[in-house]
Amino acid sequence: MRTGYGAQFQLRHVSFGLRGGDVAGVIGPNGGGKSTLLKALAGVIAIGEGAITLDGAPIRRSQADIAFVPQREEVNWDFPVTARDVVLMGRYRSAGWVRWPGREDRKKADAALEQLGLGGLGGRHISQFSGGQQQRVFLARAIAQEPRVIVLDEPLAGVDATNREIFHRAIESFARAGLIVVMATHDLDEVEATCSHLCCLNQRVVAFGPVKDVFTPDILKATFGGQMAVFR
Amino acid sequence: MFDVLTDPWSYPFMQNAFLEVTLVGLVCGLVGCFVVLRGLSFIGDALAHAVFPGVVLSYLAGRSILIGAFAFGVLTALGVGIMSRSRRVSEDSAIGVIFAAFFALGVVLISRQAGFKRDLGALLFGNVLGVSVNDLWATVIIGALVLLVLFVFLKEFVLIAFDETMARSLGYPVFALDLVLLLLVAATIVVSLQTVGNILILALIVTPPATARLLTESLSRMLMLSGALGVVSGIVGLYVSYYQDTAAGGTIVLVATGFFILALVFAPNHGLLSSRWQERRGRHHVHHYHPATEGLDGEAVSLAEPEQGAGANG
Repeated sequence: MRTGYGAQFQLRHVSFGLRGGDVAGVIGPNGGGKSTLLKALAGVIAIGEGAITLDGAPIRRSQADIAFVPQREEVNWDFPVTARDVVLMGRYRSAGWVRWPGREDRKKADAALEQLGLGGLGGRHISQFSGGQQQRVFLARAIAQEPRVIVLDEPLAGVDATNREIFHRAIESFARAGLIVVMATHDLDEVEATCSHLCCLNQRVVAFGPVKDVFTPDILKATFGGQMAVFR
Repeated sequence: MFDVLTDPWSYPFMQNAFLEVTLVGLVCGLVGCFVVLRGLSFIGDALAHAVFPGVVLSYLAGRSILIGAFAFGVLTALGVGIMSRSRRVSEDSAIGVIFAAFFALGVVLISRQAGFKRDLGALLFGNVLGVSVNDLWATVIIGALVLLVLFVFLKEFVLIAFDETMARSLGYPVFALDLVLLLLVAATIVVSLQTVGNILILALIVTPPATARLLTESLSRMLMLSGALGVVSGIVGLYVSYYQDTAAGGTIVLVATGFFILALVFAPNHGLLSSRWQERRGRHHVHHYHPATEGLDGEAVSLAEPEQGAGANG
């Protein structure tokens, strides 16, 4: 996947490519354009210039192949839906217009919940889960979508150790299955633990490449400006 | 007792009125769910006011008020849709200003007529007892069309109301679907005008779903309850207005509000009494808390090794 991105206000000259099995972390200061980049990758917002392609074709042709896991704050937790309802939304596009997800889809939804340790809790209203579990429900939805790319916006913000572990395993399994994973994060330990690639973003790409090449004090300083001290 | 229920039905105009409030209550209750869930209450109110000059114009021309209302409804639904597309805070006030102006235009238009006060009353507050058989048929046809479109796109409306970001990422035409929803709201307002009039229509669209939401956590049950509450409010309101000799539209809205207050106080999970009771037992805000959940979160969750390809086909 290659992205060239040129929106007027937030991001300029962003270009990188990823292969199936790559797990790319996106780091950078607040307002550096992480969310903008992820939403562009997921086709949520249009890009000004350039192109985002999947297998050489613009993502507009294959948007059902890209799953997006939003930040927790962006979800209306008071909405009258159960966990299974949410996960089934991942099956909407393959069900097509007018038709609702069928029995096969429900099986896939339940399997996704099971895979994330939420088996048997599908009938529960989404507000009745803890923060980490809610995040897992949305990850299950992304799994149920059977995508080739999964884009996650700060999936681990405020998540405890148990949920973190479950997340790591899920992301490892995505990589083994040949998916592309792109994940914004604030947590630099997280990058070392889960990512194969790293994109350092501050209005432009400060650096992009395998974690071992990019995860260096100099590059991190350049990314975050004077805002942080790097202890290694 | 039985006579009390059947007596009003001996008049043809009451028969028409009962059928009309049943149809309108159902359509308002169902469409209203999406007005509430998508947060369109304010826009719905603006729409209801904006159709008023259309109503007045067709009334002055001696045509069915449906025609003018529909024309203005479609126009303003498109206008509102386009305005709310650029999500700036000031759009709120723009919508408020423009549609108050539309409403004023309707008032000015009708004030030129002799005896306008009586006409104004009927247009503003509805006249369900004056519903003709033709009006009924119009309600049946428009109402059926509205419900058909609503159920064709039900899945998409749910998705957009819950998670617009995901809908966009899946490539759904969110703007077009929002316009369709606004058009459905406009059509609902148009068919409801005769029952409750411009001013009170929003109550019929918003109150039953808000009541239903207090009573259930499930969307399908919310839809069914809201439709039922719309119908029951209409019928009960009509009986009360028949025996107490009160304005039908206002009475119907008050009955719907009565159900809302009952739900607000007595609802099993969201109700004030239930919250009070839960608090006294040392809990806060019951529906955000679940012992089983909390327990599960704290302990190690056994996670089956995900099967190869379970999450992917590529």
